[in-house]
Amino acid sequence: MTPPRALTRSLLAALLMAALLLPMIAPTYYLQFFAKAMLLAIVAASLNLVVGFGGMVSLCHGAFFGLAGYVLALASPSSSGASLWTSLPLALLVVAIAAALVGALALRTRGIYFIMATLAFGEMFFYFFHDTRVANGSDGIYIYFEPEIVIAGWRLVDLGNKTSFYYVALASLLLAIIVISTLVRSPFGAALMAARDNEQRARSLGFPVFRIRLTAFVLAAVLAGIAGYFSASQFGFVAPQTLGWHVSATLLIMVVLGGMKSVLGPVFGAFVLLGLEEILKSNIEHWKLIEGVIVIALVFMLPGGLQHLAQLAFSDRRAPAGQPGSGASRAGRQHHG
Amino acid sequence: MADIVLSARHLTKRFGGLVAVSDVSIDVHRDEIHAVIGPNGAGKSTLVNLLSGEITPGEGSVHLAGKDMTARSPDQRARAGLGRSYQKTTIFPDVSVFANARLAAQARSPKALRFFGDAGRDPVINAQAAAALSEAGIAAHADTPARHLSHGGQRQLEIAMVLATTPSILLLDEPLAGMGPAEAQDMIALVSRLRNGRGILLVEHDMDAVFALADRLTVMADGHVIATGTPAQVRADPAVRVAYLGEDCL
Repeated sequence: MTPPRALTRSLLAALLMAALLLPMIAPTYYLQFFAKAMLLAIVAASLNLVVGFGGMVSLCHGAFFGLAGYVLALASPSSSGASLWTSLPLALLVVAIAAALVGALALRTRGIYFIMATLAFGEMFFYFFHDTRVANGSDGIYIYFEPEIVIAGWRLVDLGNKTSFYYVALASLLLAIIVISTLVRSPFGAALMAARDNEQRARSLGFPVFRIRLTAFVLAAVLAGIAGYFSASQFGFVAPQTLGWHVSATLLIMVVLGGMKSVLGPVFGAFVLLGLEEILKSNIEHWKLIEGVIVIALVFMLPGGLQHLAQLAFSDRRAPAGQPGSGASRAGRQHHG
Repeated sequence: MADIVLSARHLTKRFGGLVAVSDVSIDVHRDEIHAVIGPNGAGKSTLVNLLSGEITPGEGSVHLAGKDMTARSPDQRARAGLGRSYQKTTIFPDVSVFANARLAAQARSPKALRFFGDAGRDPVINAQAAAALSEAGIAAHADTPARHLSHGGQRQLEIAMVLATTPSILLLDEPLAGMGPAEAQDMIALVSRLRNGRGILLVEHDMDAVFALADRLTVMADGHVIATGTPAQVRADPAVRVAYLGEDCL
């Protein structure tokens, strides 16, 4: 049982209204927190295109997120902000090329070997920035001025303003959700899920499985790159840790926590995980330990992810609500219909 | 000849020391069923996989409608008009029967990989899927989840999926495997109808079915072709009688 469509829609509309009105009531600190969470939600949702809908568990997604930030840092002049019109496309182009290279090689493997290959490529990005002087090595690199969004000499948006930045992050998240939802419903999405569910059959029907997967991998990386670009701008700093494997692992936790079967699941997963961190961090010394226990408990209680909560709330209790152990290979099947 | 839809020449495939397929040449004509028979281990399945592109041959060539496809991948061959079924049923069990056929029809559509639009709402693709389900005789089960179909129904669905890709050549790998007598009769009638306008290569163990369906027969043993011709010629071939059919079989 899934909740009635109309109810889901009104809940989402209410959430959107709240998100739009938040800057009027929330202190700056929380605006910054929500902006950060929305950007990471983009990355988690884009990762789910690869993991949930594509059936490919990638441990390289954090690298694409961090790489876009590095491109911004390197493209920024020392005495002023980079122009968004040139630096954002440049960052996304670099990320797309990197993802195409990684994908072209890693997608020749399957299952656990794909996980290992993406992990290895992710670590290559980490050590490239960690061990070379390209961008200050392990010290990281500062971005002293936010990118400028200027049209004909007029500043369209000031990314330094916390409220403006919040709305840019919100708009990016909405755009990412729309793009991913459209893809999932499209013929391309159907082909991607067909390749996940039965690769041999998909190929013998005539679907170019490799090309489909590579396209999804690159598109997801570019979406992560948008978030990485703005995230670097928000914090004014990038370091190798921004693209290490633990970023990719955290993103995977967001995806699994939120649920792989829907576009919005990972978005909620990102908010819940970051919210949890925020609360625990300020109250408990060994907060990571507690966080781990809570995450494990959530995964055990809600094997379908947090989206499963909504299903439970509206189910008639007789219907088998969960699919324990349903992994990436089975996730998202309702989108075929 | 213009009506040869599939032509393989001197195919050889070795797995380590084992020669699974040795110097096999075979033609499939339009409007004909060309059956390949032989004992277990004769190399029939390897031959089908060589033709569909799932295995690349050590030597030899595969032509589809006159075009060299030897170096092409399975999906490229599928888009060139080759459709295949598997010995072990290979469908998408978690979605409806119709969704299975629709995916198949989508694979051959010019819009197969569009980034926009609803995959389920293309009228051309939906019509093609519905036609394929009708032709395979399972239109009544369109809304059933594919995993709930009977074994025979799933075999029919697999044929329907192949048909939805509008193939000019079908490779059917033991379509009767695991079927009861009634289901088998339906499937024989279905396969017999399918030859119109298409060429079919049929691998099958059920000899009654083979002799009921085949226009042409190739007999394999130990990776080699030991006889080829019309069913009557093959029946009369002394080598076949000794090596495969057995003296008392006919």
